[in-house]
Amino acid sequence: MSDALVLDDVRKSFGKLEVLRGVDLVVGEHEVVCLIGASGSGKSTLLRCVNLIEPIDSGRIVVEGEEITARGVDVDRIRRRIGIVYQAFNLFPHMSVLRNVTLAPAEVLKLSRGDAESRALELLQRFGLADKAREYPDRLSGGQQQRVAIVRALAMKPDLMLLDEVTSALDPELVAEVLEVIRELATTGMTMLIATHEMAFARDIADRICFLDDGVVLEQGPPEELLTNPREPRTRQFLQRVIDAGRLAV
Amino acid sequence: MRTGDRGRSIAVAVASTVLFFGVIAVAVVTSPGWPEVRQAFFSGEQFRESFPTIVDAFWLNVKIFLIAEGVILVTALVIAVLRSLPGPAFFPVRVLAIAYTDLFRGIPTILVIYILGFGAPALQLHGVPNSPLFWGVVSLVLVYSAYVAEVYRAGIESVHPSQEAAARSLGLSRFKSLRFVILPQAVRRVVPPLLNDFIGLQKDSALVALIGPVEAFRQSQIEVAGSFNYTPYLATALLFVLLTIPLARFTDWLIARDRRRSLAGSAA
Repeated sequence: MSDALVLDDVRKSFGKLEVLRGVDLVVGEHEVVCLIGASGSGKSTLLRCVNLIEPIDSGRIVVEGEEITARGVDVDRIRRRIGIVYQAFNLFPHMSVLRNVTLAPAEVLKLSRGDAESRALELLQRFGLADKAREYPDRLSGGQQQRVAIVRALAMKPDLMLLDEVTSALDPELVAEVLEVIRELATTGMTMLIATHEMAFARDIADRICFLDDGVVLEQGPPEELLTNPREPRTRQFLQRVIDAGRLAV
Repeated sequence: MRTGDRGRSIAVAVASTVLFFGVIAVAVVTSPGWPEVRQAFFSGEQFRESFPTIVDAFWLNVKIFLIAEGVILVTALVIAVLRSLPGPAFFPVRVLAIAYTDLFRGIPTILVIYILGFGAPALQLHGVPNSPLFWGVVSLVLVYSAYVAEVYRAGIESVHPSQEAAARSLGLSRFKSLRFVILPQAVRRVVPPLLNDFIGLQKDSALVALIGPVEAFRQSQIEVAGSFNYTPYLATALLFVLLTIPLARFTDWLIARDRRRSLAGSAA
């Protein structure tokens, strides 16, 4: 099995603050990897670096065998293959749902309007959003907006999906519908790197969980093992806080 | 609000308005110089005589500002976009855009018109018109593009950076992100202040008269010179106001609509 994504000693600082201090991580083809860790541990920054929204300071990021952090790489071409969904949805408010989803396929992949729309409608249908195609984002609930954001990323047929705490901005009763969509994606074999605070969800969906602490992957392993029997004291501390907050049943 | 209250507040508004303007009118009409002023500024006969020629000349103002507005919409956008280009490679472009806006917002419009209107034709450039009218319009475009560029820039900067991140992460190029995602949102937000600048431009179209073209203001000067009566100035003022009011109300309406929308949006 070839590796979908390899991070090799990736470092990133914002001014004096070193956020990523040498991250090593491998995500296999069709693998679902969840990143957990406290706020500020570098989860979001790591995802933004993989999508080349943030340039890294040193190290290498390799997607499907191609080093995307090499000099002179066409970033737009790389981003086409990597879908990212943000915590705050970031839908385009001046466009209908359908236009949000068709914009990049039409403008970047050069699909005809008809092809782009049928691809979009098919995806919206699959995720229960067909009747929202003509609506504008501000008419949708948070959960619906986030599902549209996922569909928008999927419409580019990415090799790899990055999900950055996609349920953190949602009201509790809207979380389930979004997690359901991600579960379905996992069953179709989509390779995913997911930063999340939803431990129960991570245990359920992930092939592997990585605990990010202070800018490095401190510990990783199968969900049951990492969540119930962590080796590192820092991991234990973090999980204890999560359990105390009622976010993970033991 | 109950109907009785409503009727009462309308009555109060009417009464206070009548009183306010009544006092001013009485003060003006009973002033010692009023008979002469009425003769010099409010002559019905002079108004009837001069108004048609001024209206004719006013079409030149309309032409001047319509052409200028069309050009300004484009050049100002280009300047604003150039100024917002990121990265060290575009530093000289940004400096140029900043220098331009600083320069043309700093010089009084009337000076730009004089300098270009008298200076540029003297260059005898090939293929460029030498008429004062042409250079008058160019001056207005240069000055107002600087203002409108700043309006556009405020709009561009008001669009949250996460919108550009979302567009870029879908693989859209910087240019396409700007064109499809940033600018449509930016322009929508700045329509009211932009129209406000255009109201200023409409009035300033009269300044072009100072280098020769006979527009409404110049025509009224001619009428005044022939009759020693100032009524034509008031006739001209009336025309400008009549043109400005619809645009001002339209701008107000747009602002009110945007406010309603954003309130509805935050309630949802």
